[in-house]
Amino acid sequence: MRRTKEVTVRQLRIVLVLLLIVGLFAGQAVLAAEPVKIGFITSLSGPAGIIGKHMKDSVELALEHLGRKVGGLDVEVIYGDDQRKPDVGKQLADEMLKKHKVNFVSGIIWSNVMLAVAPTVTGAGTIMVGTNAGPHELAGKMCSELYFTTSWQNDQTPEAMGKYMQDQGLTDVYAMAPNYAAGKDMVSGFKRYFKGRVVDEVYTKLGQQDYQAEISQLRGKNPKAVFVFYPGDMGIQFLKQYAQAGLREQIPLYSVYTVDEISLPAVGEAALGNYETRYWSPDLKNEANAKYVGDFKKKFGYTPSFYGAQSYDGILLIDSAVRAVRGDLGNKKGMVAAMRKADFRSTRGKFSFNVNHTPIQNFYLLRAVKGAGGDMEMQIQKTVFENHKDAYYQECPMKW
Amino acid sequence: MRSARALTLVAGFLVLGLVPVVAALANQPFYLDLFRRIMIFAIAAVSLDLILGFGGMVSFGHAAYLGIGAYAVAIPAFYGIHSGLVQWPLALALSGLAALAIGAVSLRTSGVSFIMITLAFAQMLYYLGISINAWGADDGMRLARRSQFGGVVDLANAYVFYYVVFGVLVALLWLGHRLIHARFGVVIRAAKSNEPRMRAIGFATFRYKLAAFVIAGAGGGLAGALLTNQTEYLTPSYMHWTRSGDIMVMVILGGMGTLYGPVLGAVAFLLLEDILSAWTVHWQVVLGPLLVLVVLYARRGLYGLLPGAGARDG
Amino acid sequence: MNWLLVVEQCLNGLQFGVMLFLMAAGLTLVFGIMNLVNLAHGSLYMVGAYLATAAFNRTGSFLAAVAFALAATLAIGMLVEVIALRTLYERDHLDQVLATFGLILFFNEAVAIVWGRAALFTAVPRALSGHLQVLPGIPYPAYRAVIILVGLAVALLLYVVVSRTRLGMLIRAGASNRTMVGALGVNIRLLYTVVFGFGAALAALGGAMAGPIYSVLPGMGEEILIQVFVVIVIGGIGSIRGALVGAVVVGMVDTLGRAFLKPMLSTVLGPSAADNAGPALASMLIYILMAAVLFFRPQGLFPAVRS
Repeated sequence: MRRTKEVTVRQLRIVLVLLLIVGLFAGQAVLAAEPVKIGFITSLSGPAGIIGKHMKDSVELALEHLGRKVGGLDVEVIYGDDQRKPDVGKQLADEMLKKHKVNFVSGIIWSNVMLAVAPTVTGAGTIMVGTNAGPHELAGKMCSELYFTTSWQNDQTPEAMGKYMQDQGLTDVYAMAPNYAAGKDMVSGFKRYFKGRVVDEVYTKLGQQDYQAEISQLRGKNPKAVFVFYPGDMGIQFLKQYAQAGLREQIPLYSVYTVDEISLPAVGEAALGNYETRYWSPDLKNEANAKYVGDFKKKFGYTPSFYGAQSYDGILLIDSAVRAVRGDLGNKKGMVAAMRKADFRSTRGKFSFNVNHTPIQNFYLLRAVKGAGGDMEMQIQKTVFENHKDAYYQECPMKW
Repeated sequence: MRSARALTLVAGFLVLGLVPVVAALANQPFYLDLFRRIMIFAIAAVSLDLILGFGGMVSFGHAAYLGIGAYAVAIPAFYGIHSGLVQWPLALALSGLAALAIGAVSLRTSGVSFIMITLAFAQMLYYLGISINAWGADDGMRLARRSQFGGVVDLANAYVFYYVVFGVLVALLWLGHRLIHARFGVVIRAAKSNEPRMRAIGFATFRYKLAAFVIAGAGGGLAGALLTNQTEYLTPSYMHWTRSGDIMVMVILGGMGTLYGPVLGAVAFLLLEDILSAWTVHWQVVLGPLLVLVVLYARRGLYGLLPGAGARDG
Repeated sequence: MNWLLVVEQCLNGLQFGVMLFLMAAGLTLVFGIMNLVNLAHGSLYMVGAYLATAAFNRTGSFLAAVAFALAATLAIGMLVEVIALRTLYERDHLDQVLATFGLILFFNEAVAIVWGRAALFTAVPRALSGHLQVLPGIPYPAYRAVIILVGLAVALLLYVVVSRTRLGMLIRAGASNRTMVGALGVNIRLLYTVVFGFGAALAALGGAMAGPIYSVLPGMGEEILIQVFVVIVIGGIGSIRGALVGAVVVGMVDTLGRAFLKPMLSTVLGPSAADNAGPALASMLIYILMAAVLFFRPQGLFPAVRS
């Protein structure tokens, strides 16, 4: 009895020591395998969910290209659906930061969601990489060390269109946009470079479906060209109705954020000949873009859009940051310094960040044409701006 | 029966009151934010239920007061006035005043017309909000800091803010309880079941109903003031009609005409939204039929499923 | 002022009103007869648009596509009525609101699962893609003219059905005294299912006609649903005639407001103030109209007679 009891105690002790060692190793292993966590917030449900899908698919493709590693570390991406509501976006940001304890927050389609989310993220000392919305506040007074965007400042695109139309010597332009902040920003961005006569500026109800009344008014004013900003389904409706009214052949249409790879399949030939300005297009010639577009079409079976390209870039930017600090995710300063170099193979080609962490980049004139396969596609016509800076960076107090 | 219900209620409040403790112990401060948001919507839902459930006044524009309360915090903040002692009373007063004006017109109608006219006013305010450039239009406004209370109560502290919201919710429920059992509440409820009779025996039911409408509006405004502080952001989308729909759904889901039902509805609706949306992007395909099932099989809402709920509510 | 433009805008207003009427007719029927607040009416409009678009893109025949969408949505509507809505007729309006709100969420996602979230390609059928010279120098899209004709035909058809046929008689009788009609041996449950399916088919017709000019995507029914509710409340709930008048009034007011409010305001307030106030006021116009109508006539313009 006695002996056996002694043995059991000794055995127990050995087992305990073994367990302790195993436990220590296991703990080490867990520590070493701590992945990079990225919270990606976008609109996944509801009508805007299609944009979210483009972004999410591009994030997945970027991860695949990186071998499911970011900066050499394992990576976990947590997606959040903001339902296009700023307060839900803010709640998701809190969830990403406090529950999932992410190292980066990325994504965001809408300016108003971004204005609620970005300060929450940067305020918590976490790096935010916006991949679409570019409200002027965040490019100007509210800029932050920890906030980067791989897209653009909202005004840059209409500025390019204004410049192009000015260079063409166009005049008597009719401008239309939905009646909300972004709509007015687009028209004022346009007018920053377009100095010709604007016949009228018309602001329509946000989410309006029928534009026949406005189209009749437009015809009555007899303009030489029309500039519009109608994102999403408003654009699909406007373009179709504009073509159906027989105006496409009479008055050329110049637009921003209206005709893209998301709306083209729905609009079809009603967009034929439409001009857009953009910093990117699927046919932009560079190695990284060819790989992105080619693999994207192969994997998902549809053509990517600029929403996707800049989300893809967002993940690559994060990868470059983590790589630069050799996986030391606590080294925020090092990561920010690395990100400022924009040292990654962007789908738009080489670009640099301005002091406010907004890209300084080229803008091109695009045109909707019938491609080789018979489908509608956007093709680059010419470069409008080279290394174009946004209009707000001087308001940003940041220096580096 | 009564004691079972009382026990359930105490347990419910205990859970809500202990969320910060549990969150702190589990090192999961996020749940503080989540439940604070839930309680803010519960405040909006409880205030709506005062007219909708007890008074039979189906307002489809409750989000308007949420928006007014939100603007009442954000506009002073925009001009550098951060004191909550200015902002919060302003939110109560403005939303109450708006409710007075809207109610004075809307209460002339009843039934579906009432639903639609309240919706109409909310839509007007929504389109007004997205048209005012000076106050951010559709982009809204960032709140530089949360409402200040002279350093005594610091809303920047998540725990303090949580208990402030919790306190407001409890106070509102207490007020609701008092109102419903007072002569005022009896008149409102009686007017719901038979208004002509109430008028015949000499009650000016219109005034009573209008007063209830104003109280509910002010409650919605307070929720709006809390919501801007929670989000640290103002957006006119707080006034969008789908938001009115959400609040109404919370009330009906939880159990209208009950004091605590709307709280339950807010908890269930927003928790489901958070959990389901993390699970699948097609979460609405699950949530939709769930709501239909609740309507078909839980006739008094979720509150009716609680033990002891058969007893008269109050 | 250019009078030709005013006439053209009135035509636009009429067309928009007719579009609203196609939706409003079904909604007000269901509302008036079964006393059911059906928020999911917009979902049926969406389902109709999707089915018609899918069928049109496959077969190339617009007529066949519309016929298919009508029949299929009729069946779907009847199915929904039997499964979910039948037990709700006797319930409070609010229960109906919650249940049909749940249906909206379900249908929006179901459509997104089947067809994806991207808007579907739609185009006006070739035969109708031309223009009519209704007014000198102003080409009017033939397709929109067809919408006006279809809407007016539907209005006429409904009038005949409701006031001249046995089905219409039963509908009117069922609306005014359900129990009595049931006691007389009429299968009221079946009658209601048929009426609901009929309303669904009308919504589908609206959706199918709207597809080529608007965009077909999940949630497309909500924006128009609110406007349609405004229409039937202005017209008087349950009244087909009210729905027609309300639809045309709303269509006119909205269209003329969008077209002429800003120029009119700018003569009074000056151009810059008009730039701000014009669009805001134009967006609110139909709600202001509704509030005003309800203030003076709480039952709407043509209240349906109910016992």
